[in-house]
Amino acid sequence: MDIIREAVAWLLAAEQYQGPGSVPQRIMEHLVFTAVAVGIAAVIAVPLGYFIGHTGRGLVWLVGATGAARALPSFGLMLLLVLVLGVTNRWSAAVSALVLLAIPPLLAGAYSGVHQIPRAVIDAARAQGMTESQILFRVEVPLSLPLVLGGVRAAVLQVVATATLVAYVGLGGLGYEIIQGIPLRRFDQTFGAAFIIVVLALVLDAALAWATRVSTPRGVRAGKTEDVRARETAHPAGVGTPLGNTLR
Amino acid sequence: MAWVFDNGEKIFSLTLDHIALSLIPILIGFVVSVPLGWFAVRFPTAGKVVLATVGLLYTIPSLALFMVLPPLIGISVLSATNVIIALSIYAVAIMARTAADAFSSIDRAALRSATAVGYAEWGRFFSVELPLAGPVLLAGMRVVAVSTVSLVTVGVLVGVQSLGYFFTNGFERRLIPEVLTGVVMTMLVALLFDQALVALGRALMPWTTLMQQKSGVVA
Repeated sequence: MDIIREAVAWLLAAEQYQGPGSVPQRIMEHLVFTAVAVGIAAVIAVPLGYFIGHTGRGLVWLVGATGAARALPSFGLMLLLVLVLGVTNRWSAAVSALVLLAIPPLLAGAYSGVHQIPRAVIDAARAQGMTESQILFRVEVPLSLPLVLGGVRAAVLQVVATATLVAYVGLGGLGYEIIQGIPLRRFDQTFGAAFIIVVLALVLDAALAWATRVSTPRGVRAGKTEDVRARETAHPAGVGTPLGNTLR
Repeated sequence: MAWVFDNGEKIFSLTLDHIALSLIPILIGFVVSVPLGWFAVRFPTAGKVVLATVGLLYTIPSLALFMVLPPLIGISVLSATNVIIALSIYAVAIMARTAADAFSSIDRAALRSATAVGYAEWGRFFSVELPLAGPVLLAGMRVVAVSTVSLVTVGVLVGVQSLGYFFTNGFERRLIPEVLTGVVMTMLVALLFDQALVALGRALMPWTTLMQQKSGVVA
């Protein structure tokens, strides 16, 4: 277990926290990659997922694309894009690879989020005189939010893991300490950096899990509502948990 | 294409290595997850804790796991065992929850009927629960297989040979055809495993082809 003691020593060494290439800087690089990639992917995937969920068009395409994307080896894809776009454009190439990786879970989340809303709820909203944009922003968006955020959580998880590999094309991030440390057999450094990545991934996951929970509209939360009207409704139109409805 | 023809032998041998490295984690994923999932349904309180713990393992990035695992279990970072164990952990992390979903989706009435007609615990598991959970288990295994095949490639960074070799080698030599070959072959191996599982599913569960049902959720 010497390696663990050495890794702790590496983590605590003052040189890790100053100058270029310090641990806080690597964490920032890692987070920027993740945020940019998931952000771009969300701008593309969420509206598209809403569109497919709302209209039911393009579903076959969606299923096929998510399946194929899962088989795509992200590391190879990243290197391929860097070579194709040129090493000078490696930043955009690496981000593009991460975006492609983040799109399928976001798309699935947005699609399922809208699709699971019972038709009757949307009809009821329309019957009350809501305009189409009110239905979208005041009914569909809030009701789909937990599943959309579930998609964001899955996407962030994927991207944080894969952003470890951008160091291989010379773009920094926490993976740098690992990829640079392996050939040097500096296992204190690789273990220490791996530990930080694991903690980062767990913290982000916990934060997004929490966000998913609080984003569930109050009236929907797992049927815990004490509202008598909700209990009397035999048909669980909108009062069941969105997740529950989709899993059955 | 010229590159592919010149390196046919290397492509073939690395593809075989890749298949061998993928196979064990996929099998372990099934063998460990099925009892785990069943346990989680049978004992929900303890099961919830187990599933949450296993789920957390999935959040660990693969390269980090390749680094953290060896000192904890006392093997070399650069060994194939390291990659196989790490990928088995991911396989279980993905599969355990699906297995729990598979067993909890079984109609309670079917289980009570099985008990009523005289099935004991083990017989009921193998002749009633497992076949009924089968389609969901199969769907989960397809995800496990495809993601395992893709993750094997990262092993090349710790010196474990697979089709990932074409990624790093091709990148260093700036050979686009080599990297592309690696990507395409990895996807073909994924497809191979996927179709093998589908065929296995048809052979073991002939009734599922008769009652294909549509699901609204894209996993």
